[in-house]
Amino acid sequence: MNVANETVAGHGPHGEHGRHGPTHKQYITGFALAIILTAIPFALVIGHVVSDVLLVIAVCAAAQIIVHVVYFLHLDRSEEQRWNRMALLYVVIMVGIVLGGSLWIMYNLNHNMMPGVMHYKVWK
Amino acid sequence: MSKGSMVMQDGSLALKPGYADHAADALRDLHQTGDAVFVDVEPHHEPASLIQLGFWIYLMSDCLLFSGLFATYAVLHGHTAGGPTPSQLFDLPYTLTETMFLLFSSFTCGLATLAMNADKKNATLGWLAVTFVLGLGFVIMEVHEFVGMVAIGATAGRSAFLSCFFTLVGTHGLHVTCGLIFMAVMMAAVAKKGLTATNRARLNCMMLFWHFLDIIWVGVFSLVYLSGVVH
Repeated sequence: MNVANETVAGHGPHGEHGRHGPTHKQYITGFALAIILTAIPFALVIGHVVSDVLLVIAVCAAAQIIVHVVYFLHLDRSEEQRWNRMALLYVVIMVGIVLGGSLWIMYNLNHNMMPGVMHYKVWK
Repeated sequence: MSKGSMVMQDGSLALKPGYADHAADALRDLHQTGDAVFVDVEPHHEPASLIQLGFWIYLMSDCLLFSGLFATYAVLHGHTAGGPTPSQLFDLPYTLTETMFLLFSSFTCGLATLAMNADKKNATLGWLAVTFVLGLGFVIMEVHEFVGMVAIGATAGRSAFLSCFFTLVGTHGLHVTCGLIFMAVMMAAVAKKGLTATNRARLNCMMLFWHFLDIIWVGVFSLVYLSGVVH
């Protein structure tokens, strides 16, 4: 990521590491990417273009969330933000378990409860 | 004299227990001003980065709250109980307008951050006001959508899908409303006291919160509205 290094004057309490504040460029890039990643799935849904549109929606949503985190929340690889990254990693894992797990279990449940498959299985 | 320190009879500065962290600050001020009597040692000034980390942890736990609501919606969105379906209820261009309100407000919130970092008080207040108006526009549009749905009988009690819909989208709307209150309070604080260290730390938290709400909305827009119309 190429970030223009505009050092912010009068940055107060956290200026001790010579930390660089966010820049106009970052916000404009993030904003433009977010608009594009909103427009793509919207256009596909409105225009009924592709058949695998759900996948496109999911990919664009995930990409846009990353754009927001990087360009708006300014999460980076600095030592200062180490624990922020740890907390985020934990949440990503938990959200994966909660969302993925729920869908997986309920899909199997619905599948097995279909009228056609309601028969005794022979367990070997 | 301050809470944390006292001047002894011989003129030396003594610290009460528990204020050792602030001794260095007090001594630095003493060196600069040569006058210890007016040094105010506050006992609870955390570094701004620590405040932000604490707020970040809150945001992450809020994420977990939303993950539960998202999972519930994902599981039950098809259970319409013979009532209105997502594709019958949702008006995508209307929701896209809502999305744009929130996205623009996130951008202007970023401009407010830049103005704050450049020590421009009036510009900060101006961009915060723009952000507030855009956020308010989003909330008004959402309330209007809800009212329209209730008017045609699509209430939260109609089906499992609608219960989940109102809980998920309503919780997000409530967060945005809280964010607006937070923003109004911070605008008043900045207008009154200026961009002090305390106000900066709080504004940073508020701005994190606002960007975070936009991230949640990306999930709502994709999972609820876009996917709902595809089905």
